[in-house]
Amino acid sequence: MTLHTEHSASPRMEQSQELSVRLTRFARKNASQLGILSVFIIMVIVFVFTAPETFQSKDIYASLMFSVPLYGIVALPLTMVIIAGEMDLSFGSIMAVGMVGFWYAYDATNSIEIGFLVCLVTGFVAGLINGLIVVGFGVPSLIATIGMMFFWRGVVQVTIEGSMKTFFEARDSTLNSILVGETNGFWEHEMFWMIVVAILVWVILNRHQFGAHVYLIGDNEASARLMGVNVNRTRIMLFASVGLASAFAGAMSSLQLSTFFPTLGDGQLMPTLSSVFLGGTSVFGGTGTIFGTFLGCFVFGFIKPGLVALGLTGYWTQFIQGSVIVASVAMHIFIQRRVE
Amino acid sequence: MAHRLELRDIHKSFGEVQSLHDVNFRVEQNEVVGLLGDNGAGKSTLIKIITGYHQPDQGEMYFNGELVHDLTVPKARKLGVETVYQERALADQQTLWRNIFLGREIKNAMGFLDIKKMRDETHRLMVESMGFTSLAVTPDSVIKTFSGGEKQGVAITRALYFEADLIILDEPTMGLSLEETRKLLEFVRGIKAAGKAAVFIDHNVFHVYSVSDRVVVLDRGTVAGEFMTADITLDDLMEKMMRVAQTGSLD
Repeated sequence: MTLHTEHSASPRMEQSQELSVRLTRFARKNASQLGILSVFIIMVIVFVFTAPETFQSKDIYASLMFSVPLYGIVALPLTMVIIAGEMDLSFGSIMAVGMVGFWYAYDATNSIEIGFLVCLVTGFVAGLINGLIVVGFGVPSLIATIGMMFFWRGVVQVTIEGSMKTFFEARDSTLNSILVGETNGFWEHEMFWMIVVAILVWVILNRHQFGAHVYLIGDNEASARLMGVNVNRTRIMLFASVGLASAFAGAMSSLQLSTFFPTLGDGQLMPTLSSVFLGGTSVFGGTGTIFGTFLGCFVFGFIKPGLVALGLTGYWTQFIQGSVIVASVAMHIFIQRRVE
Repeated sequence: MAHRLELRDIHKSFGEVQSLHDVNFRVEQNEVVGLLGDNGAGKSTLIKIITGYHQPDQGEMYFNGELVHDLTVPKARKLGVETVYQERALADQQTLWRNIFLGREIKNAMGFLDIKKMRDETHRLMVESMGFTSLAVTPDSVIKTFSGGEKQGVAITRALYFEADLIILDEPTMGLSLEETRKLLEFVRGIKAAGKAAVFIDHNVFHVYSVSDRVVVLDRGTVAGEFMTADITLDDLMEKMMRVAQTGSLD
């Protein structure tokens, strides 16, 4: 009888043991992502219960879908740059440089589609030039892209001489509604594009050789070179991808207003970088996830409307944003240490 | 039969530092060559030229009797050269399977990874060659949790997996325990037994002497001499090494 019970119990025990081993393994592997996910969920719950009028209405979510992608779309490829141990600070200026390309093409052809394509190409080329400077001259990317941040902004100032450009006719175009329209009066298309970019970047980073090399370069550049990875080409393409995404986000932002301000992208730096680090990407390279950055963007995006809804004045925004960023990054470091 | 590898009159400078000059070096088809020399003798530079990491300023390289120009790391691999580097060339924060396939991931024509195959292969290698028996280690384990010997096992397994027939070991015993070192020397003898060739670099004369067919002594960037281990006693070799270090000449 005893034997019988033992026999019947042991497979079940093994099963539950295996399940718990698997769960532990999953939790360890994804600790950072689970961390930021909890921060996100807690934040949403707190806001929903403390400011129900705002957070139980659809408007706030439509507004987030409208605004978060403007920096989210840049933060996603920027995550790859930072995983590779590099930094790019010039994306805000490239948003405007792309729109300079847009403006000239649109002015000449009166076609918003051609304008948009030229915008993307301009951003890509600007990013490519960033990459060539970092790789070709060996300037640390943090410094090189500070310089390029001013340089690209300067290009914008010189070419359009500080004037803003409007293109209200673009409002009726199909491309406009594809890029920045909405469906059913709620689903903002910006959000759709952010999801598309997130999936694309996730696939490249996790399922493509390019992404494997990105992690490798950020982890141990010397190994990457010894193992025959083309480190320079990978780096250049990383900067180009951020350039491309910046131009895309810049075009969206301008189409939302049907106006191109030469200051476009100013103030873009902090939300974008914060989202990446909120998501658990290490500034030292080698680790980081797209899922983390995606959530990081929304954690950052929730803070401001949340505080306003709670009745705090705008003076509190940066105070709280700063606290959340520092606390989250500290959490990531704590989790990393515990897991290893 | 052609030499497995032959280098003729190799020169290499880094800025004003002449690292190698007039180096002639060869490896036969089924031979273990020990490379000895003091720090700064040029051992690592020579290795990195053979593996395509550095390009020589002057000189010719022949693989199986054929002259090869502009050697790169991928090209050297295609020629059957694999290296276990001194620094092991592992990416610490990455998983085991990523490290095994570092720089030559299994992928389709579009560059998309076949992760399942890489994981499965890694699992097979773990069981068959790396001697990982603990259930805590999986292909998804991160390398930085491994011991020095385990890391060396990964680096060696990686070199062997890709069916190289000229294996270069750059200071492979560094940081290994006695037992791990013994295993490593066994492994080098295994290369010879399998009909392949190896270049074995080490500070330790005992290790080099015990596994090599021939010993080449580098000193100040050039070959100071070479001996068949069958023709020289360990004591004589050590005496010569001392003399080279002091005088720059073997005799």
